[in-house]
Amino acid sequence: MAVGCAISMVAQRNPLYSAISLIGVFISLACLYVTLSAPFIAAVQVIVYAGAIMVLVVFVIMLLNVEQAERQPRRLRSLVPIAVGLAAVLFAEAVFIIFFVQASPSTPTRNISNVGLTSSIGAGLFTSYLLPFEITSILLLMAIVGAMTLARRGGLLPPANDAVARGSSPTVREGAGKT
Amino acid sequence: MTPQLSWYLALSAVLFTIGVVGVMIKRNVISMFMCIELMLNAVNLTFVAFSSFFRDVSGQLFVFIVMTVAAAEAAVGLGIIIAIFRNRESLDVDEASVLKL
Repeated sequence: MAVGCAISMVAQRNPLYSAISLIGVFISLACLYVTLSAPFIAAVQVIVYAGAIMVLVVFVIMLLNVEQAERQPRRLRSLVPIAVGLAAVLFAEAVFIIFFVQASPSTPTRNISNVGLTSSIGAGLFTSYLLPFEITSILLLMAIVGAMTLARRGGLLPPANDAVARGSSPTVREGAGKT
Repeated sequence: MTPQLSWYLALSAVLFTIGVVGVMIKRNVISMFMCIELMLNAVNLTFVAFSSFFRDVSGQLFVFIVMTVAAAEAAVGLGIIIAIFRNRESLDVDEASVLKL
């Protein structure tokens, strides 16, 4: 089901259908996480990916009105077989690595353990992985500031009041941003 | 029939390859963006599979951090997409091949 949804995602021309197929991929991956005894990751997958990120993507698709932008003839059509061939090479490499490197026992011991529960993840996150956690929080702060700066109306640069530290090119950019 | 580790890894490889194909053949920025998300999910599946089969919680912590990075990337990437669309009136990546206007 995940593979079918993924193929449908790549095959769709309309990005909205593609987004809905991607939601299918996320949901089926969440089901796989549940079968892999990782319920916390499954819940986070559903909430963050299928909830937040895909709502954001669908909102941008609706906002930008993409349907009128896909009527153009395709250029670079000759490169599509090359892309598929390169992807086949990549997939062959991955399969080779998976099935010919047998350095570990691949049969699990299916007993009940607490790996994957929320408490064990939280304990690991706040003891041995505290520094990556803090770095992640700083990354989120940078993302918030960057997104606010990028999505602000008036272009990528601050308005014309503080023209001290800027060169000559931002005047053109502001003129384009106001249109 | 108990699931093997190789099945999850093969599914992850298939999803990653589909994501790579999508990034290479798509011309819409948002479609390429979603294909990148698909590749991140394939890597997440690998992490969770190894973490579950080796009884180690580190893989799921990495998945958590990868999800955070993906959320940040989604916010910033969609902001960039909106800025590009505002400047160029197009979502084609060929139209945005130069950084200057």
